[in-house]
Amino acid sequence: MTLMLEAPRIVETRPLLDVKGVSKSYGHVQAVRNVSAHAHPGEVIGIVGESGSGKSTLLRMMNLEEIPDEGSYTLDLPDVSGNLFKLDRFARRMLCATKIGIVYQNPHLGLLMKHSSSGNVAERLLVAGERSFATLRQAATDALNASEFPLDRLDAPPIELSGGMQQRVQLAKAIALEPALLLLDEPTTGLDVSVQALVLDTLKRLQQDRQITMVIVSHDLGVIRTLADRVMVMRRGEVVETGLADQIFQDPQHPYTQQLVHAKL
Amino acid sequence: MTQVLEIQGLTKGFSLHHLGTEIGAFEDISFNVAAGEFVLLKGANGAGKSTLLRTLYRSYLPLSGEIRFHSSHGLIDLACAADVDIAHLRRTEIGFVTQFLTARPRVSAEAIVAEPLRLAGWDSDAALNKARRALETFGVKPDLWAAYPTTFSGGEQQKVNLARALILPQKLLMLDEPTASLDVNARGALVARLQELKDQGTAMIGVFHHPDDVMHLIDRVVDLTPEHTEIEEREDVAL
Repeated sequence: MTLMLEAPRIVETRPLLDVKGVSKSYGHVQAVRNVSAHAHPGEVIGIVGESGSGKSTLLRMMNLEEIPDEGSYTLDLPDVSGNLFKLDRFARRMLCATKIGIVYQNPHLGLLMKHSSSGNVAERLLVAGERSFATLRQAATDALNASEFPLDRLDAPPIELSGGMQQRVQLAKAIALEPALLLLDEPTTGLDVSVQALVLDTLKRLQQDRQITMVIVSHDLGVIRTLADRVMVMRRGEVVETGLADQIFQDPQHPYTQQLVHAKL
Repeated sequence: MTQVLEIQGLTKGFSLHHLGTEIGAFEDISFNVAAGEFVLLKGANGAGKSTLLRTLYRSYLPLSGEIRFHSSHGLIDLACAADVDIAHLRRTEIGFVTQFLTARPRVSAEAIVAEPLRLAGWDSDAALNKARRALETFGVKPDLWAAYPTTFSGGEQQKVNLARALILPQKLLMLDEPTASLDVNARGALVARLQELKDQGTAMIGVFHHPDDVMHLIDRVVDLTPEHTEIEEREDVAL
């Protein structure tokens, strides 16, 4: 047995994201069981695990799309307080639009495929109350530029774009309002290797330039290893191990984590 | 002498669950390292030299013992400090130099070297300038600075790796065979940089297959060969 770790003593900031004891069942299936997670400002948390481990459900809870049967969720931000799971629908939608960005594996979930790319990004700002066309256009252009989207395709609808480009429109939409928290659900799965590298690089740069707190769910361990500071390993709805990314990959403790890490090519 | 690190009774082993076995790495290691001191780890292959370095850096979790580190925030036991504290110390006070560069696709050499500075809060132009000077010191040609190191030769990658790993002065630095695959000039630059850091008070623990390069930096030798886990003064040791 290894030593029990202490509570933080040097890092005194409170976690930006703090999820405590969440559980969620769908009928007889318990998708998530008593899971807790936290992220300090600027930290990148990776969540790994096989399909059905509950990792995407947990991420959707962090985006308030899914309300658990039990548990609490706080974000340590100005004007945000209390258990966010208790907010009404309108307050939830407002909070998500202004404080949280999300990128889904499937662009259809995050984008209106037949509207222009810049319109998709501007929609975020509209929800937050911006009404001036010039400001909307400029903010959308800036966000698309930051996610390295080619600006001559601003008005192309996502349906006409490649998978990598669609992910960048999602990313631009997610960061348009400079969210405090960026959630990524398998952001590179299904993309070509070279496009994966582009998306990873964009994320890494965003993280360095803007210090955004991120939670990334992926079954691609390479993605997690590249981006995450700390890793949570999930299996059958439970967290089996957490640790620094390099420790999880080099000295995994739980039998399941050892299996997972050694299965990587 | 100002102590930086006090290692007490440190033990590491690995449980391989699929085999149902335990593999011991090292047991009951104790020694101290002071500011500006350079400790060489000695022992045959498999004696646990690299494992010890990784345990001190907390890439590996120790089974028992203490790693008391005198951080700028006060004394902290690295053996059981919280992950976020370890991550913070790695950004600010504890460095690790490996023999391999972890190159990322589509990230330039200068950006990789500048990254630790960026993480420490430098603005991007100043970080880039300092990164370029470091690359120059290690003999990486200017036309390669903006190129992606994924395509570089092993030796050139290692120069980028060293420039990155040594760019920020650290309180404690672990060195795992940094001279492997380096040419003479780059070895010279490395030794000069280590001397500079040592003079600034960085405590160093290193594993070197050919310690001749760093001979004059070594203050003490810690032998990890199980029958004589003891500390010898540099003068008494024939390496």
